[in-house]
Amino acid sequence: MTTGSATPAAVELAGITKRFPGVVANDRVDLRVAEGEIHAVVGENGAGKSTLMKILYGMQTADEGRMLVSGNEVQFSSPSEAIDAGIGMVHQHFMLADQLTVLENVVLGAEPTRRGVIDYDSARRHLDELGSSYGLDLHPNDFVESLEVGERQRVEIIKVLYRGAKVLILDEPTSVLVPQEVEKLFGNLRELKARGHTIIFIDHKLEEVLAIADTITVLRQGRTVATMASDQVTAAELAELMVGSELPKPSTEPRVADQHVTLSLHSATVTGDDGRPALEAVDLEIHRGEILGVAGVEGNGQGELIEAILGLRHFTEGELFLDGESITDWPVRHRREAGLGYVPEDRQRRGLLLDAPLWENVVLGHQTQPPYARGQWLDRSSARAAAGTILSDFDVRAPGVDTSARALSGGNQQKLIIGREMAARPRMLVAAHPTRGIDVGAQAAVWDGLREARREGMAVLLVSADLEELIGLADRLVVMLRGRITAELDPTNTSPRLLGSHMTGASVDDQGVVG
Amino acid sequence: MSVRRFALALAAPVCAFTFSIGVSSLVLMAFGTNPIDAWSEMLSYGTRLETFVETGNRATPLYLAGIAVAIGFRMNLFNIGVEGQYVLAALLAASAGAAVDLPPVLHVALIIAVAMTVGSAFAGVAGYLKVSRGVHEVISTIMLNAVALAAVGFLLRNWLLDESDTTLNMMTPEIPASGQFPHLNSLVETFTREITRGRELWGFLLVAVFVGVLFHVFLNRTRAGFDLRATGLNPFAAEASGADPSTNIVRAMLLSGAVAGLIGLPEVLGDAHKYDLGFARGLGFTGIAVALVGRNHPGGIAIAALLFGWLDSSAPILDVVGDAPREIVSILQGVVVLSAVVAYEVVNRIRRVSEARDAAVVVRLPVETSTGNTE
Repeated sequence: MTTGSATPAAVELAGITKRFPGVVANDRVDLRVAEGEIHAVVGENGAGKSTLMKILYGMQTADEGRMLVSGNEVQFSSPSEAIDAGIGMVHQHFMLADQLTVLENVVLGAEPTRRGVIDYDSARRHLDELGSSYGLDLHPNDFVESLEVGERQRVEIIKVLYRGAKVLILDEPTSVLVPQEVEKLFGNLRELKARGHTIIFIDHKLEEVLAIADTITVLRQGRTVATMASDQVTAAELAELMVGSELPKPSTEPRVADQHVTLSLHSATVTGDDGRPALEAVDLEIHRGEILGVAGVEGNGQGELIEAILGLRHFTEGELFLDGESITDWPVRHRREAGLGYVPEDRQRRGLLLDAPLWENVVLGHQTQPPYARGQWLDRSSARAAAGTILSDFDVRAPGVDTSARALSGGNQQKLIIGREMAARPRMLVAAHPTRGIDVGAQAAVWDGLREARREGMAVLLVSADLEELIGLADRLVVMLRGRITAELDPTNTSPRLLGSHMTGASVDDQGVVG
Repeated sequence: MSVRRFALALAAPVCAFTFSIGVSSLVLMAFGTNPIDAWSEMLSYGTRLETFVETGNRATPLYLAGIAVAIGFRMNLFNIGVEGQYVLAALLAASAGAAVDLPPVLHVALIIAVAMTVGSAFAGVAGYLKVSRGVHEVISTIMLNAVALAAVGFLLRNWLLDESDTTLNMMTPEIPASGQFPHLNSLVETFTREITRGRELWGFLLVAVFVGVLFHVFLNRTRAGFDLRATGLNPFAAEASGADPSTNIVRAMLLSGAVAGLIGLPEVLGDAHKYDLGFARGLGFTGIAVALVGRNHPGGIAIAALLFGWLDSSAPILDVVGDAPREIVSILQGVVVLSAVVAYEVVNRIRRVSEARDAAVVVRLPVETSTGNTE
């Protein structure tokens, strides 16, 4: 691991491996961050970015590998040791006490004391110094609860600087910010860089990364894929690196779609969690026996689209039809009974009861329908039998139907979900990132499931960040950008690269398809 | 597999109880008392038939309280308001029972219905506030407890007082015989000897057992119970499965309150036949401990209620014999709760690890097959 350069790297990680039960989160990851640079670490969700940063910040310990800070080998068993070594982290979800002031939050855990009493005067002086020298304007006496998101983030940054950090880790700092705030944050980061701080910046929004970073490291499936200077790479190339192209490709089958429209969405507008429209005037039609692929950089409205179709989120405008019937105002249960299947993006959060046995997880989502229910009663014996069939039909490797879902690997959990949704024979299957974070074998099984669904005449909405998957499976492709459908493409006549440029809005014109 | 599971399930409460006995013994020793003497006194007094009757009478309301709390816990709702719900329900049910004259079975049924309705409605307020206003149920039920207890005082003094009573004890009029619940002495005596000292085993025990069975059936055999349990295990997944969060919150609070309404009835129907100042308070809070020790499981809660009931009914002997203070039993109960919670968590982790190992064996580990095609 000799680098040859005279000055040691600010941070160097070599061969970091971290395993969790059933998953290798980091697999011999290398990361070299030069002093005084802004280094972006990009990759899809589940690529291992956060785990890597948690290891660097001492929140988790690596199973293998070495860490060097300014050339000295270190081992952190807690964040306080990382802080002592000059490493600070700004978390994606702020860790601030709302009822305390900015000043109190900043000193919390590192209170300067004089004769046993907190010395607020010296703390305030120090805070003012930091604020003015880095252009981080904040009023020390404001209560955090009264601050805007951008200001809260600045409190987090000051907190880290106050503890003397030379290396700052920012975990998806822009995910919570509006564009103007992003600009301001980038100004702060450049100021920090000018004063000799090193910044590690985690993100998956490619334009932002290209705008701010000096160097970019791409992680994919827990491995380092590439490290390059940001001026030597384009957004499309980055997208390709992130999602990869040497994965086994799902093979296409001839179209079986007919003219019957199973699900249609008319000028749908949906409000996001931040109160701004996440989906704007979206029109979609999905035919029987068709897989409609939705491509897009994460956070462009795909999640809200799925939640709105499922009934977890209300339409502010527009209408949703299933087989010609308006289901806009139906509750979730009604929609699911009408034949809406769901493979959620975050299977553990939306799809499973981790501490319940597998047979109950099979019932979940279909608890009002046969064979799982008879009238108001749950039919345990036939539910267990049906669960057993699903385990064997979909090759879910588990000791039995009484094993709890938590004990299964991610791939087997996903096969279970696909199996239970398919077993209910829905008319419409909504699948979000169905192969994310699972091993290759399970991936193939999931693809088989989706193709099977299509063959049986289900309509499938497939949202994915895996462009090969989209191109390989979908009959039609649409691209979502900032809550709108911006392009419709023919998957037989497109490449990940072209798709990537549509996703980033880089070259909408060369294809002449605009939304 | 199932033997191991059973052993694990048993290990936690046994370890917790043993540990608690140890801690309480140390406390006794610190006060210069011989713990062995104290425990053996309690054991010999506590194994008499009369003490068992008393244990049953104390366990019945505790069991109902445990179930009421557990209904909330099973879907991550913390109904601290059981206390207020049952006291208010007992007062109104006792008054309603005294105000009417009905045939025997109907009369009791009416009293039970009034108690359940009052408890349910009062708990429903907290459910409504949570659903419509986002008020956390812990806050609202704590405050509703204060409202309930103040209301009980006001209602008793101003409207529901027995005017014919000349003692200083404020009480509601007595419920006529048709509204009283029969005791089980003759049933018990067919198996044992005659129960002496005027002790009666309250018949409401059977109602409590019935409620426990219903609780089990509801949770495990009905769709609504599945929704409730799923919401408790993972509200996000439950919502996506079609279980409406608001409906389930309100439903759980109503059910919890309905059971809470029953807590005061063993005493009202079986013994006092009225509500007076001597009415047992605090059972709602003890119910939280009972539910915790019983793991929110109907069988576990029964064991916990019997344990607490037995300790309470055997403790008075310590005042009479030896020099151990009877409060040692409260210490013992407190330590049982704490150590049970810890022990369950430890057992839970052991179970998870062993389950993951079992599952991994089945998988034949194809995890690393992807190593070949990268870089």
